[in-house]
Amino acid sequence: MSQELVLNAHNLKQHYEVKQGFLKPDATVKAVDGVSFTLEKGKTLAVVGESGCGKSTLGRMLTMIETPTDGQLNFLGEDLLALSKEQQKELRQKIQIIFQNPYGSLNPRKKIGSILEEPLVINTNLSKSERKAKAMEMMSKVGLKPEHYDRYPHMFSGGQRQRIAIARGLMLDPEVIVADEPVSALDVSVQAQVLNLMMDLQQEFGLSYVFISHDLSVVEHIADEVMVMYLGKVVEHGTCEEVFTNPKHPYTQALLSSTPQLSSDKRRQRIKLKGELPSPLNPPSGCAFHGRCQYANDRCRTEGPVLRTTDEAHLIACHAVEENRLTEVSGAA
Amino acid sequence: MSLLHRPHVSPEHVTRVRHLLMAIRGDKLALFALLIFVFYCLVALLAPLLSPYDVNSTDFMDLENAELAPYWQTGDSRFLLGTDTQGRDLLSVILYGTRLSLTIGVCAVLIQVLLGVSIGLLSGYIGGRLDAFLMRVADIQLSFSTMMVAIVVLAIFQTMFGNAAYQQLAMLMLILVLGIAEWPIFARTVRACVFAEKEKEYVDAARILGVSKLHIMLRHILPNTVSPILVILTIQIANAIVAEAALSFLGLGMPPSQPSLGALISSGFNYLFSGAWWISVFPSVTLILLIFVMNLLGDWLRDHLNPQEIRG
Repeated sequence: MSQELVLNAHNLKQHYEVKQGFLKPDATVKAVDGVSFTLEKGKTLAVVGESGCGKSTLGRMLTMIETPTDGQLNFLGEDLLALSKEQQKELRQKIQIIFQNPYGSLNPRKKIGSILEEPLVINTNLSKSERKAKAMEMMSKVGLKPEHYDRYPHMFSGGQRQRIAIARGLMLDPEVIVADEPVSALDVSVQAQVLNLMMDLQQEFGLSYVFISHDLSVVEHIADEVMVMYLGKVVEHGTCEEVFTNPKHPYTQALLSSTPQLSSDKRRQRIKLKGELPSPLNPPSGCAFHGRCQYANDRCRTEGPVLRTTDEAHLIACHAVEENRLTEVSGAA
Repeated sequence: MSLLHRPHVSPEHVTRVRHLLMAIRGDKLALFALLIFVFYCLVALLAPLLSPYDVNSTDFMDLENAELAPYWQTGDSRFLLGTDTQGRDLLSVILYGTRLSLTIGVCAVLIQVLLGVSIGLLSGYIGGRLDAFLMRVADIQLSFSTMMVAIVVLAIFQTMFGNAAYQQLAMLMLILVLGIAEWPIFARTVRACVFAEKEKEYVDAARILGVSKLHIMLRHILPNTVSPILVILTIQIANAIVAEAALSFLGLGMPPSQPSLGALISSGFNYLFSGAWWISVFPSVTLILLIFVMNLLGDWLRDHLNPQEIRG
């Protein structure tokens, strides 16, 4: 486990000020509220949670499209947020992103060739023919044909577009790829192809992935570690195997039970969550999950739980788990 | 999105221009309008070659020939469309007038585009206070009607510098006034487009790749706002030509020595009921036809430059 550490986030926060109108005071939305994790070279960290839990905001902070309101972000030993603009620009090339929607992430007025070469034009001194050679090489690596070089994005299917987006992300030899739901806009048959491509590329280039998704079957397939988020906070964090075979947090259990399974013996008893994700404008007191949690008691309603280690490499933020209240209620129910 | 393509358009290598050319072949009215517009442009370009007389020579103006009726009324084959009040061949004057009107229209709109697009891009992309400031300036500019601004500016200029200076600088003044008065139309449209485009992920992707703000504005966002610009451009040229004609008609536009279409209509207006109808009617028909086809083309472009229909 003594692998090289690529990315190390500590207590990252992203709070937005929201104007509520003329007379009401401004409110604060805590989109991401104190997220910490480490990412090792060549590994994949999956961030899961339902829409609105802050996972995409986390991705945007990691790529520095948005500056965190608070916290530290270490990349290869350098504190990214403390660096000057120039140095930041140098380093942010090494953290690239793949977006969810391959229809919006490629400029419709640019040919594939110029989409792929643009990063090189801006960040390197390669000649025109060298750039083209490099773009061609990357196109063949992601499974595109040379004749695609002169085509426009609208001539491609969603899966092919996502391959183009991946190729563009890899043009600057990045260390980390933030994949923000990279396959959720694709057909299931194409999802597998793109996922396998991403895994092959990970091996070949030694990439580290931060894989943001709400699709647990995809996560199980690709992730080394899983981080479950709820309303801007991490509720459970552990190795992929640990989280999937032995989920502790009630929210994780509910999430996992919602994944369809083919074989009946693998099927879990479906835990139906009542209600919806509470508004981050007006988060519940105590544990953010207490309104939907069947184990919630008075302590959960007043006191927010802290992320704690239960056994090795498995972190959970839940009073019920700490107090061993889980089994009783589920037995009764 | 490719499902929205028109079925007759092959998906490969369709550029914007080729797409339009393919589409216009199926639309007789638009094709007709385009042909007439091209004809006008050619006439304007080749006016010195086409015109039967040299308008700059001294014997072009001969009062002895004043107010001669068109060829089919007099049988005088020297003047096909008759002559104006100064004895100038009306056909030659109309050819040059068209050239002038088109030049003023196009140049004025170029100024509008230059100002409007750059302000719109800055305003939309940078946003915040700069945006609020620039848009308020645009509001103020638009709250004065173009004609009012033009009349005031041109009238003041005329009295301050006298007629001689005005005759020399009339064209430049018209272009500047019409250009500056209507830039907010482009600025607002471009700004709205930029707001829509800058939220798209390709802009984020470009930022992460280290592309500079200026480069993102000019190379990524601007090309995606071209379609609406093109539509307004066509209509605005027509509007500028009409505005120029109106100003000339009021005596504030082009001087009688270099008549534009509006100035010609104006010069013949007083003779309309004394029988010399042709002096006003022929330039009017020329102007109306030009404006009509330009509006047709503008409408057609608006229908066919739907960004979902063409991507490339």
